[in-house]
Amino acid sequence: MEFNSFAEFLAMGRHGLYVWLSYGITAVIVVINVILPVMQRRRFFKEQQQRLRRERRNQTGDKQHASST
Amino acid sequence: MWQWLVRLYHRLGSPKWFYEITGRWIPWLTVTASVGVVVGLVLGLLYAPADYQQGNSFRIIYIHVPAALVAQSAFIMMAVAGAVFLIWRMKMAAWVARSIAPIGASFCLIALLTGAIWGKPTWGTWWVWDARLTSMLLLLFLYFGVMALQRAIESDDASHKAGAILSLVGVINIPIIKYSVEWWNTLHQPATLTLTEKPSMHPDMLVPLLIMILTTYIFFALLVILRTRNEVLRHERKRSWVRELLES
Repeated sequence: MEFNSFAEFLAMGRHGLYVWLSYGITAVIVVINVILPVMQRRRFFKEQQQRLRRERRNQTGDKQHASST
Repeated sequence: MWQWLVRLYHRLGSPKWFYEITGRWIPWLTVTASVGVVVGLVLGLLYAPADYQQGNSFRIIYIHVPAALVAQSAFIMMAVAGAVFLIWRMKMAAWVARSIAPIGASFCLIALLTGAIWGKPTWGTWWVWDARLTSMLLLLFLYFGVMALQRAIESDDASHKAGAILSLVGVINIPIIKYSVEWWNTLHQPATLTLTEKPSMHPDMLVPLLIMILTTYIFFALLVILRTRNEVLRHERKRSWVRELLES
């Protein structure tokens, strides 16, 4: 282990700001890249399932309408 | 052998097959990428010795170099996928190319930002207009250009074609990035890793770097798969197999 304490680890020998800024920005960009496709997938399933339900309701509605006339 | 290749090609071209096989890969890719990033960063941040010239700022290398490598490889892959689409009209290839663009741009942005932050304590400046940095910035703009073309035109086919052509032209930039540190005077240090020479780095520094490079490639593959699966679903939503998926 290169560092004797957690404070020393955070300080990175005067370079803490540069090291942690780099890792922080990278973490943010990485997390966004994971979240976006996962959210897109969820939205797709929600929208398409709603569409299917709507279509089915319209179909049964049509049938009832046809039989009553 | 040839028949096997032809069969693989046809399978790769099948959206349903792609969706099913990658569904099985996702958990493995997620686990390997997670283990890799933990091991790589613990070794790189805690156990690698500080650089005798740069001190601890050199630890930025463990994200900067993998991101820069993947950003360039991704562009080549995007161009190859674009060529496959242009030549054989394979739709899957166009969807893969469309998925790669924003991910490659993200890694390019990571490389540029971490490079600037690393430059400040090392060179005393965030940015210089030298060959390596400028050609890398050009790569980012090429990614933006390809993304804009892939998304801007109404017809799917025309936009995929336009994106593929720009990515094929833009590939010229990749060797320029690679050799920029040799052809021109630059602040940027020459390649740390080469396939032909013995590494100049101490193994304690080198091993975490190699782990991080491998991990970043795995992570990149995972991201491309996630996005391409969404493309598959979106384009195949009227097909019966997607319908079954929705109803289950």
